[in-house]
Amino acid sequence: MTSNQNILVKLNQAGFRLKKKWLVKGVSLQIEKGKIVTLIGPNGSGKTTTAKIALGIYKKIDGEVEKYTNKVGYVPQKISIDWTLPLRVKDFMVLTENLKDEDINEALSLTGVIQLKNKNLGDLSGGEFQRVLIARAISKKPDLLVLDEPVQGVDFTGEIALYKLIKKITDELNCGILLISHDLHTVMSATDHVVCLNGHVCCSGSPMDVARNNEYKALFGEQASQILSRYEHRHDHIHTSEGEIKKN
Amino acid sequence: MLDDFFIRALIAGIGIAIVTGPLGCFVIWRRLSYFGDTLAHSALLGVTLAYTLEFNIAFSVFIISSLIALILIQLQKRTNLPGDALLGLLAHSSLAVGLVVIGFLTFIRFDLMGLLFGDILAVTLDDLLIIWIGGPLILLILKLIWKPLFASTVNYELAEAEGLNPDRAKAIFTVLMAGIIAISIKMVGLLLITGMLIIPAAMARNISTSPQSMVIYSILGGLLSVILGLFTSLEFNTSSGPSIIAASLFLFILSLLNIKQSIKLKN
Repeated sequence: MTSNQNILVKLNQAGFRLKKKWLVKGVSLQIEKGKIVTLIGPNGSGKTTTAKIALGIYKKIDGEVEKYTNKVGYVPQKISIDWTLPLRVKDFMVLTENLKDEDINEALSLTGVIQLKNKNLGDLSGGEFQRVLIARAISKKPDLLVLDEPVQGVDFTGEIALYKLIKKITDELNCGILLISHDLHTVMSATDHVVCLNGHVCCSGSPMDVARNNEYKALFGEQASQILSRYEHRHDHIHTSEGEIKKN
Repeated sequence: MLDDFFIRALIAGIGIAIVTGPLGCFVIWRRLSYFGDTLAHSALLGVTLAYTLEFNIAFSVFIISSLIALILIQLQKRTNLPGDALLGLLAHSSLAVGLVVIGFLTFIRFDLMGLLFGDILAVTLDDLLIIWIGGPLILLILKLIWKPLFASTVNYELAEAEGLNPDRAKAIFTVLMAGIIAISIKMVGLLLITGMLIIPAAMARNISTSPQSMVIYSILGGLLSVILGLFTSLEFNTSSGPSIIAASLFLFILSLLNIKQSIKLKN
């Protein structure tokens, strides 16, 4: 079956418990080649936990995870690196895989941080470091990219450029992406499949399906729902500077 | 030439320094200095065992140190005590038990000072063989697990997520630590082995900008310390362990001066 060959990771009723507290429960989703799956949900809803289950970082889990690839690029949400290590950007780039120098240069150029190649990792700003993290994840040309709030701390124009880059990479490498993002605009414009979490899967489907879902509205509020629906009918009205809506 | 005790000690010391260099870097990076101490303290028990059963010392120290490391991992899983308390518990209880056992072994004369602080007179041809077979073996294994070990030192979850199996690398590294303690105990003494691991690596950290350069400087620092220390030991009739460690301290202080100069240059 061709559709099955495209599956990179499959979660079946997966959940993870820390002591007696469930961090997330009953998540089923699958990530396919060339597709972007986005996890959304409020703080503490289990987005990062779900990503770590998919990555195999958490081992004692409920349910099943089937992982069909080992070529994974991961941009974690939080990364605590011990700065007592003498580590330059170019050392960090080859952390998990040996790369050719031109591949390193290409990835760093794509995320706009090639000039930092010889700098000490500890001397970077938050946004610069985030760009290096993305460069590292894409440089190994992975089958599966897991991006946990990849553009946090990146400046506004950079944010848009990086999301465009992520989209471009999916197409070029035909890799699957699991994206965690709070930016609902981005989610809607680029995602193939949205999973809305709140300790469990509260709803999932195409971006439009999710936007219309009542549970989603209850979770994020009416306003968020409007953000999403704008993508559906953004040509039928104009928002004036006074905040009024004019029909086209 | 190998009949000369000093040449033997020099060859042994060089063999040890080449191995403690890279291992010491990981001890610093992974914050394992107290862990190294614990393994080294438990080595006394290994030595007494070797005397009782007429075993090879290095081999018996290796077994006991590995065993202590295993017990530590189990205790960490089963108790709520913090890591440093467990390390202290194991370090001092194994040292104490070792000393008590020595008390019972009245029929053997122990050179306790030599055990604790190292003795260049004690290095035999057999020891050289163990050092120069064991040492390169440790280095080879370290090279094989370098990628997962280093990656998980930087960030455990990245290494795990990208399929490097950091837990296995960590377990193997623990065995390597037991190995280096086993082969260097006669030379450096069990109280000072951790110093031999840490101080050259700390010196190297002061003057290096990449992990590779830190490893190389750490080896060079260790070699210099051994040579300087052994000549001092010969000249002034001091214990070999303290002489080597004092030499490495001297190099460490020099590396601090170097930092000051480079900061001045920058400004």
